[in-house]
Amino acid sequence: MAPGLDLIFLLELAIIGLLAGGLLSLIALGFVLIYKGTGVVNFAMGEFMMLGAYFFYTANVMWGWPVMLALPAALAAVGVAAAVVERSVLRPLAGQPVISILMATIGLASVGHGLVEAVWGGENYEMPQLLPRKPFLIGELLIPGQAVWSFLLAATLIAALTLYFRFSRTGIAMRAAASDPITAVALGIDVRHTQRLTWIFAGLVGAVAGIVAAATTSLSPALGGVALGVLAVIILGGLDSIAGAIVAGLIVGVISSLTAGTLGGKVRDIVPYVAVLAILLIRPYGLFGTRQIERL
Amino acid sequence: MRIGDFRETYAQDEALWPTVTQRAWMLALLAALAVLPFFASGYVVGLACILGIHVIAAAGLNIMTGCTGLISLGHAGFMGVGCYTAAWLAQRGVPFYVTIPAAGAMAALLGALVGTPSLRIKGLYLAVATLATQFILVYVFREWDSVTGGVRGVNVPNASLFGFELDDDHRMYYLIAALAVLMLIAGRNLFRTRVGRAFIAIRDKDISAEVLGIDLFRYKLYAFAIGSFYAGVAGALLGYFYRAMTPEYFTLQLSIFYLAAIIVGGLGTMLGAVLGAVFMTLVPEVLRALVSFIAQWAPNATVVLSPVQQIVFGLLIIGFLIYEPHGLRELWQRMRRLFHLWPFRA
Amino acid sequence: MRGKQSFASILWNPSRAEMSEPLLHVQDLSLSFGGIRALDAVSFAAQPGRITAVIGPNGAGKTSLFNAISGFYRPQRGSVWFDGADITGVPAHRRAAMGLARTFQNVALFRGMTVLDNIKLGGHNRLQAGPLAALWYRGRAQREEMALREQIEREVIDFLEIDHIRHQPVAGLAYGLQKRVELARALAMQPKVLMLDEPVAGMNREETEDMARFILDLQEERGLTVLLIEHDMGMVMDISDHVVVLNFGQVIAQGTPAQVRAHPEVIRAYLGEQAVPVAA
Repeated sequence: MAPGLDLIFLLELAIIGLLAGGLLSLIALGFVLIYKGTGVVNFAMGEFMMLGAYFFYTANVMWGWPVMLALPAALAAVGVAAAVVERSVLRPLAGQPVISILMATIGLASVGHGLVEAVWGGENYEMPQLLPRKPFLIGELLIPGQAVWSFLLAATLIAALTLYFRFSRTGIAMRAAASDPITAVALGIDVRHTQRLTWIFAGLVGAVAGIVAAATTSLSPALGGVALGVLAVIILGGLDSIAGAIVAGLIVGVISSLTAGTLGGKVRDIVPYVAVLAILLIRPYGLFGTRQIERL
Repeated sequence: MRIGDFRETYAQDEALWPTVTQRAWMLALLAALAVLPFFASGYVVGLACILGIHVIAAAGLNIMTGCTGLISLGHAGFMGVGCYTAAWLAQRGVPFYVTIPAAGAMAALLGALVGTPSLRIKGLYLAVATLATQFILVYVFREWDSVTGGVRGVNVPNASLFGFELDDDHRMYYLIAALAVLMLIAGRNLFRTRVGRAFIAIRDKDISAEVLGIDLFRYKLYAFAIGSFYAGVAGALLGYFYRAMTPEYFTLQLSIFYLAAIIVGGLGTMLGAVLGAVFMTLVPEVLRALVSFIAQWAPNATVVLSPVQQIVFGLLIIGFLIYEPHGLRELWQRMRRLFHLWPFRA
Repeated sequence: MRGKQSFASILWNPSRAEMSEPLLHVQDLSLSFGGIRALDAVSFAAQPGRITAVIGPNGAGKTSLFNAISGFYRPQRGSVWFDGADITGVPAHRRAAMGLARTFQNVALFRGMTVLDNIKLGGHNRLQAGPLAALWYRGRAQREEMALREQIEREVIDFLEIDHIRHQPVAGLAYGLQKRVELARALAMQPKVLMLDEPVAGMNREETEDMARFILDLQEERGLTVLLIEHDMGMVMDISDHVVVLNFGQVIAQGTPAQVRAHPEVIRAYLGEQAVPVAA
C-alpha cells in the first residue's frame, strides 16, 4: 500500500475525529455545567440526549410536525423534564453527601433508559436528515458534510454558552452560586433558581447533542451510552473545567476516530473507557482540572 | 419487651448475639434454612439459591460502598470475572472448593488493580473508573473466545465433592446457603475489629481517619478487594448454579441492581444486604407475575418487562434515597424497638 | 480553678535553657497558600508534661499551625520536631503512630458509629489484626479487641465519665459530650502529645470547667504534654504553663500567662492601637 494513501486516510480520520469531537465537547460541557453547579457527576446525561432525540423524532416523524416546530418543542420538553427532575429528585437530596446524589443520578439514568425503551422500543430508527450531507473537499481529503455541520453547530453552541456564562447577569449569578452558594444567597441570588437553570441548560445541551448524534448515526436506546463514553472526556479535561471539556472532547474525538479506523469498529466502543483508566493512572485531575484541596 | 438484659463481661457485650432470645432466634432461622428444601417446591428452592447468590454479592458491595463509601459501578463485571475463572478451572477438573476461593481471589486481585490508581483521589473518580472497568470487562468477556467462550458463553461442569455431585438445585442450595451464612458472619466480624471501624471512619470523615493513623489508601484497597472477593464468589456460584453462563448476564444493569439492593436494604450493614437482596429478588418476580397478568389483555406486554424493571430499579433507588435513606434496615430497627419497649412507646 | 501562675513563672523563664528536651517543637515554620502567608517563621517549643497554649485573633494562623504539625499542610520552609526527630516529611497517618494526637475545631467524630466505636478507633494503630484475621475474628482479633476494650474502659471512659453513653450513636449527643468523646478518642491513642483545637468552644461555664479539670488531671496524673488552641482567655490563663501568641502568622509574644497578658504587642493585636494596658 502506497504510504501516501495511508497518510491521506489517517488525516481524514483525524479531521473527522476532530469534527466529531465537537459534539463530544458539547456533551462534556453539559456534564461540566452540572458538576460546577452542584458538585455532582450527572450519570443521567445520556438520558437527556435520548429524550431530546426521541421527542424530536416523535414530533417530526411520527406526528409530522415541521422541523422548525419539532425542534423547539423537543427542546422545551427536555427543559421541562430537567426542571422536574431538579425539583423532585435533586432538591430533596440537597445537603446529602455526594455519594447519595450520585446514586440518585444513576437511578435517574436507569429510569430514563427504561422509559425510553418501554415507550419507543429497542429498535433503530432512522432520523430525518437535518444536516446537509454534501461532502467537503479539502485538497485530497474528503470530509463528510454532516461531520462539518455538526461540528459548526456544536462550536456555535459552546461559544454562545461560554459567552453567556461570562457576561450575562444570569450567567454570572449561576457561576457565583456554583462556587459559593452561601455568599451568593447573602448577595441576593436565588440559588434554587440558578440550580434549576443549571439543570435546564444541561438538559438542553444534552438534547441538542442527542438530536445531532442521532441524526448522524441512528436513533436507538444505545444513544445513552455515548454520554458514558464522554466521561473519558471530562476526566481528561478535568471535571470542573469548561476549557478542558472542549479541548479534551477534540482530543478524544481524534483518538476514537483513529483507533476505529485502524483497529476496527468494535474497538471504538472500548476506547473511551480505556482512555479513562489511562488518564486516571497518569493525571487524575485532568489537563485543566483543579486539584481538590479539602478544608479542614 | 426486653427485660433482664444484663451484660456481665465485655466479651458478652461484644458478642454478635448477646442475649439468649437472640441466639434462639438465630438457631431457629438456621434450622428453617436447613429444612427448607424438604418443604418447598423446586421453584422456591431455585429462587432461594438465586437469593443466596444475591445476598453474597450485595454483602460485598455493602462492605465496599455502604461501609467505606467507595462507589462501584463494576460489581457485575467482577462477578463475571469470578464466574469465568471458576468455569475455566472447573473445566480442567479443579474441584469446587478450590475454584470458588480462586474465583474470589481473582476478582479481588482485579479489584486491587483497578483500585490502585483510582483510590488515591476522590470517590467520584472511582465511580467513573469502575464504570469504565465494567464496560471493558464485558467487552473482554465477549471477545476473549478462548477463555470465556465469547458471546456463546461457557459451560460449567457440576461441582462435586469427592464424587458426590451437586447436580440439582437442592444440593446447590446447601452449598450456597452455607457460604452465604459464613460470609455474612465474616462480614459482620469485620466491624467488630479495627478493620471495619477504619472502613466506616473513611466513609464518614477520612481526614479524621488519617489523623488517627489510618492509612487511607491501604484500607480503601482492602475494602475494595474484600468486596470484589465476595462478588467473585457470588459469580462462581452463579456459574455452578446455572451450569452455563454468557456475558450478557454481567452487564451494567446488574451492577445497578446491586446498588439498588444495598440502598433499599440499608447502606453499611450485613442485615441491610440481606433485606435488600430479598426485596430485590422479589421485585422481578412480582413484576413478572404482574406483566403476565396484564398480558391477558395486552399480549405484547412481556416485551416491556426488561425496561419496566429498569424503571422500577431506578425509582427504588431514588425513592429510598429521598424518603428512607437508611433503608429497610431502619424500618426493621424501628419494629424491634417497638417490641423491646412495649408496653411503652418508642 | 487552681492558679498555676506563680508556680509556672518560677519554673518557666524563656531566657533560660530548657530544663529538658522539648517533646514537640517547631522551627522557623513558614506556610503559604498561593499569595497568602499563613505562617511566617514560627518557632516555639512544647515542654514535656506542660500545657502550652496558642492564642491569637481570628485568622492568625493557629489552625494552620496545627494542620502543619499534624501533617496535612506541607510547610514551604522550616521544620517540625517530635520527640527528637524531624517529622516534617512524615505523612499524616504515621504521625499518629509516633504519639501525636489531635482534636478538631469542628467536632470530627464519625457519625455512623457509637461512642465506644469512635473511641476504639483511637487505638487503631496499636492493634495488629489485618483483614483476614478480622473476617475470622476468633483468635487474634478477638483477643486484641478485648484487651483494647478493657484498656479503654479503664483509662478513658471511666476518667472522662462517659460510661452512660458508650453505646449511643454520636450523632445524637449534646455538643459538650461530643467534644468529650473526641477527647476520649484522642486519649485512646495513648499519645505523648495531645493537640486540642478549641476544646471548650461553644461550651457553657460548667462544661468549660469540666474540660479544664480533665485537661489538668491528664497533665498531673499522666504527665501528658498538651498543646491547645483556645479563645477562652480565662481558661487559657488559668491552666497554661506557656503561652504562644500568633498574629498574621507570626509569633508576636511567648512566655508565661502573666508575661503574655502584659505584653504590649499582644494587647495591640487584640484590642487595637488605642488600648490602655490592663494591670497585670
